Amino acid sequence: MAYLELQNLHREFAGGVKALDGIEVQLGQGEFLSLLGPSGCGKTTALRLVAGFDRPDEGRIVIDGKDITNVAPSKRDMGMVFQAYSLFPNMSAAQNVEFGLKIRGKHKGERASRVGELLELVGLGHAGDRYPHQLSGGMQQRVALARALAIEPRVLLLDEPLSALDAKVRVQLREEIRRIQLELGITTLYVTHDQEEALAVSDQVAVMNRGRIEQIGPPAEMYSRPATPFVAEFIGTMNRLEATIADPDSGTVEHGGVSLTVDAARGRRRGERVLVLIRPETVELTPADGSGGENTLSGEVIAQTFLGPVTRLKVVGPAADLIADVSTAKAATLPIGMKVTAALPATDARVLELSDPVAERAPELDPVGQ
Amino acid sequence: MKARRGTAPTSYFWLLITGAYFFVPLLATFLFSLKSNQTGKCCTAASYTWVLHQGDFWHTLKISLLLALETIVISLLIFVPTIYWVHLKVPRLRPVVAFLALIPFVVPPIVMVVGLLDVYRGTPSWFYAQPWGFLAAAYVILAFPYMFFSLDAGFRSIDVHTLTEASQSLGASWPTTLVKVILPNIRSAALAASFLTLAIVMGEFTIANLSAFSTFPRFIQAVNEAQAYPAAALTLMSFALTWGAMLSLLLVGRKRGTRAAVLTGAR
Amino acid sequence: MRSGRRRLNLAWLATIPFFAYTFLFLFLPAGSVLLGAFKGVHGGYTLGNVRVLFHHPYIDAYKTSIEVSLVTALLGGIIGLATAYAALREGTPKWVRSIITTFSGVAANFGGIPLAFAFIATLGTIGVMTQFLKDQLHIDLYAHGFTLFGKTGVEIVYLYFQLPLMILVIAPAIDGLRREWREAASNLGASSWQFWRYVGLPVLMPSILGSIILLFGNAFAAYATAYSLTSGTVSLVPILIGAYYTGNVLDNPHLAQALAFGMFVVLAAMMVAYIPLQRRAARWAK
Repeated sequence: MAYLELQNLHREFAGGVKALDGIEVQLGQGEFLSLLGPSGCGKTTALRLVAGFDRPDEGRIVIDGKDITNVAPSKRDMGMVFQAYSLFPNMSAAQNVEFGLKIRGKHKGERASRVGELLELVGLGHAGDRYPHQLSGGMQQRVALARALAIEPRVLLLDEPLSALDAKVRVQLREEIRRIQLELGITTLYVTHDQEEALAVSDQVAVMNRGRIEQIGPPAEMYSRPATPFVAEFIGTMNRLEATIADPDSGTVEHGGVSLTVDAARGRRRGERVLVLIRPETVELTPADGSGGENTLSGEVIAQTFLGPVTRLKVVGPAADLIADVSTAKAATLPIGMKVTAALPATDARVLELSDPVAERAPELDPVGQ
Repeated sequence: MKARRGTAPTSYFWLLITGAYFFVPLLATFLFSLKSNQTGKCCTAASYTWVLHQGDFWHTLKISLLLALETIVISLLIFVPTIYWVHLKVPRLRPVVAFLALIPFVVPPIVMVVGLLDVYRGTPSWFYAQPWGFLAAAYVILAFPYMFFSLDAGFRSIDVHTLTEASQSLGASWPTTLVKVILPNIRSAALAASFLTLAIVMGEFTIANLSAFSTFPRFIQAVNEAQAYPAAALTLMSFALTWGAMLSLLLVGRKRGTRAAVLTGAR
Repeated sequence: MRSGRRRLNLAWLATIPFFAYTFLFLFLPAGSVLLGAFKGVHGGYTLGNVRVLFHHPYIDAYKTSIEVSLVTALLGGIIGLATAYAALREGTPKWVRSIITTFSGVAANFGGIPLAFAFIATLGTIGVMTQFLKDQLHIDLYAHGFTLFGKTGVEIVYLYFQLPLMILVIAPAIDGLRREWREAASNLGASSWQFWRYVGLPVLMPSILGSIILLFGNAFAAYATAYSLTSGTVSLVPILIGAYYTGNVLDNPHLAQALAFGMFVVLAAMMVAYIPLQRRAARWAK
């Protein structure tokens, strides 16, 4: 039973920019949904509509069966955590947390004990008297979280709350946000552009692109079964090979003069243009021995990027360029300049219909991931 | 209450009130200036021609413009070397200079003129009885805060040390360095300070009136008392002068992002 | 290198004019006012001049001056704040913002004689606005006791430079109000009024206090506008001082100095009152 529903939301800004182009989301009570996408994809606009800071041109927002599309933000009972600098600078940490309770006319004693609990919950029991400018960025976001939770909101909204923080604090705080969310069982909408973050904390991830949701589902499913090339590329890194179905029965496709067998290609139309997606960790590299084996491409290692336990190799060949993640120990045996044979898995590759290859291409991504 | 989009109604309210308050007196003065001196009816440019035919108009305008020029020259001669030296050699002294330069901002001109008249009453007439002496001396003091802030900001935006050392390593003496290297780099700051000073001097009435020198603002006051419609024309011309000086200032300052400055000499 | 250093050491000579000028035309006159305020007509020192200030008509002039300055500082402050916020807040078109700030930059510098006359042409007995109200709307301002040439008139005219000055000095502080604070407050259930009561005004308060002080001093020191508007009939302190020099109505020259000294004292007292207020308002800031 859906608790929070976004029904067919449209929002167009001045100048004809379509920020949202028909968003549909259903979120069960206590679920954690991340809206993931590149900047400008409409994820923040969607969140601001839910908070009530903006109104949709079309569509409805429903909570617990009630339409709140035209309800003022102050009457929605949503707790929001902003990117940064949202704490009231003239109030101490404790006063910030207390603010919503004061507005709701709660008694002083009740307020004080609740504020104490919440500051403990976010690990800042000792810092209640400090003013925002005396707190680090991470501490400020903890206070902001406590402040949003103080009013026992129906939905917790987080707008890239970690984007202004150091990498280390970011990882630590996202785990804490998830812990607190599970502990309180609060329905949560989380906006981020960081796929690793979204995959790490969410029950559901919705990948957005150009005002639409490309795919929505649990993190594991998004990773292993991307529905569109955009999702495939945005979540993790993929090798993309444009190919033609040569034999639907055996699953043979042809790419750059090389025949490859891909299980997922079975049953498609002969001659159809498709996109074959292969995760870098499934590509197996061996030093070239001259014998072109089954399902292999040849090439030369031109770059190595050390990623810790694995090393990412870039291989350039006559038929295709590939990236492959191999264990760092093994990478030492495949130095730059070495001719290699890349074996592609028949079972793990995904096949997608090739629509508009240019439009579907995801924005430039850091190949190392964030 | 619905979520808001576009301009808020309360914003309209305040902007309209303030806009009308700013605009109506200007419009009214303009309409007033078009009325005929004989009939009190619209519309004639006679008031403007009347003003332009007054010998005193050109005479006092010339005095005030020359006074402004003198004030600018003296102020620059005093401040440029001082601020250069402070930035180059003794940054510790900067707060002292800033404090001294700010005092005229806090002391009402009426108080200042009382003191000046008392101290310099007995001095030779080439100083005390001439606008080029007494009045210019007082106006330089009025210009202090504006000179300091403009020039100090100008010097801060360039690297005085590097420029000076580079110049001297090429064999230039320090006066050469100041004139040939530093001055061109602070030209827009000096221009901004000059426009501000011009605007102050062209509007200053208090000191001129108490020391009884015939300046442009005193001419306007004389017309105000005697000729209503030409006074309106003259008022608009004077506003145009302020606009001109301030807009030039904005244009000069745009490059460096100088904030709009406020004069208090005219009150 | 040695010669270069030596030339630079001589450079300090260049600052002598500044300090000499400051001494001659700032400290000497200021000292003469301070001392002169306590000098008797026939020599010697006395408290008599200062004591006279507490009597009619001088004490009334101080009261009027302070009242006019306070009223225009507070009204200008409040209206200026509201206007600046209306112009700068999101949702207001950008061109409104640039018109208001540019115009304020210029209008804050309008003042003195021309400003007084602009209002005479507007609201004087035969002013355009006065006539319009009388002819078109049958409202005769002057028959209802209004006059531009009294205290109220002076206040109306002063507002013309007080308001833009407030807009200019408060604008940076308003720009510093973050959208997130507003949104966070409304998100937590606060009405617009509650946001201003608990967040907006307290955050702006240090800047507002500083601006009001500036406006007070600005009006308190003004001479030309009131002089031109009322021909000296509204007795403000600067008008009284001016009357001594232009019309010789005072028989004691040291009285003018005492009056000027009194202005110092009032301004100093304002600062003394302002500092603890400011400290209290800004206790949360860095």
